Amino acid sequence: MKRIKWIFGLAATVVAAFALTTGTRPSLAMSPGDIPASAATVKIDNFSFGPATITIPAGSTVTWTNSDDVPHVVTSDDNKMFKSKALDTDDRFSFTFTKPGTYNYYCAIHPKMVAKIVVQ
Amino acid sequence: MADFIRDNINKDGIDRRGFLQCMAWAGTGVLYSLHGGVLKSLPLMQGAASGMDMAKMKGADFSFIQISDSHIGFSKEANPDVTATLQIAVDRINSAAAPPDFLLHTGDISQLSKPSEFDTAEQVLKGAKAGRIFYVPGEHDMLTDDGQQYLDRFGKDTKGKGWYSFDHKGAHFIGLVNVVDLKAGGLGSLGSDQLKWLQDDVRDLKSSTPVIVFAHIPLWAVYPEWGWGTDDSEQALGYLKRFGSVSVLNGHIHQIMQKVEGNVTFHTALSTAFPQPAPGTAPSPGPMKVPADQLRSVLGISHVNYVQGKHSLAIVDSTLA
Repeated sequence: MKRIKWIFGLAATVVAAFALTTGTRPSLAMSPGDIPASAATVKIDNFSFGPATITIPAGSTVTWTNSDDVPHVVTSDDNKMFKSKALDTDDRFSFTFTKPGTYNYYCAIHPKMVAKIVVQ
Repeated sequence: MADFIRDNINKDGIDRRGFLQCMAWAGTGVLYSLHGGVLKSLPLMQGAASGMDMAKMKGADFSFIQISDSHIGFSKEANPDVTATLQIAVDRINSAAAPPDFLLHTGDISQLSKPSEFDTAEQVLKGAKAGRIFYVPGEHDMLTDDGQQYLDRFGKDTKGKGWYSFDHKGAHFIGLVNVVDLKAGGLGSLGSDQLKWLQDDVRDLKSSTPVIVFAHIPLWAVYPEWGWGTDDSEQALGYLKRFGSVSVLNGHIHQIMQKVEGNVTFHTALSTAFPQPAPGTAPSPGPMKVPADQLRSVLGISHVNYVQGKHSLAIVDSTLA
């Protein structure tokens, strides 16, 4: 009985986690087997990324949302690892970080906008 | 009225004599004229500015009009109908007593580089009575396909990502691209390929040749905190030092600013879409919201007159009001 409760609890957690990461992000392709370690969000507002630094466990997915009236392009400093399309107002972009490290990124068209993701 | 250039923003210690306080938000046109390196300004009466009375420009060898930042596709609060305001700008161009030789569009034709946005812009601009339109891209025009769409439509026969030069009635025009391959933490950028091309392009010109440079992002440090400047502009301007008359025309910041350094006059044009705040006066350089009945007084175009042999260049900024 204890075991059944535990499985039920786990299943509920899985469902909740899945809902949390996909419910509001139709662009994120996921099968039920993929459970992200966590999900984090970055808001683009007034030509800046907030928070400017976030720390996440490996396997986490970060979603950027553009709240400005101006398009922005979320781009890793190496211009290779990740690059969003031009995000218009309220557009979102998601990327999953699988390996630990510090990933600096910027806006490709407003390069004064810089921030980083620390993956543990 | 904001005094934009009171401070030595780029802290280069350069003598600021001859600076003028521009009349950006006065709501009327301003006549700027350059005589032997000394800039004079004269606010124009509304009628003269909006009608672009060419009689005031007697003796000009030729004239052209700078138009900038039409942002076709933008539909937010500051201006829900940017196509209409671009059309008004074209109407103003067509109401000039003497048609300009050509138009220079200094970028941000579109908001998101969408084909439909470029189509609309081309359609409206086709109505302008001007010989032809020369373009340089803004960052909003290079958002997809590495800028290929812009190059196919507006940058045929250009070098690299769209830079080029041409001669017109004794003056040398140089269109530069400073909106691609931008580095994290940096400003606008010309890049080594373009700089090398520029050096070659002007090598055989006589120093007496008037040079007019146009590019989207300002080629001087207007306000680096907001990215309003170009990292390697000093190098580009270094190649132009020996010329007696250099004019640099930019857009991007959606407001009029002007300064003179030696033989170089820098000027930025109004947008035809929406205004942006004066440096540091808002949390960010995003579109500035103004009451609907005031919008047209903060949008505009620049009419440039050139008088050969007198180092004389006159720029009339007129609003769409």
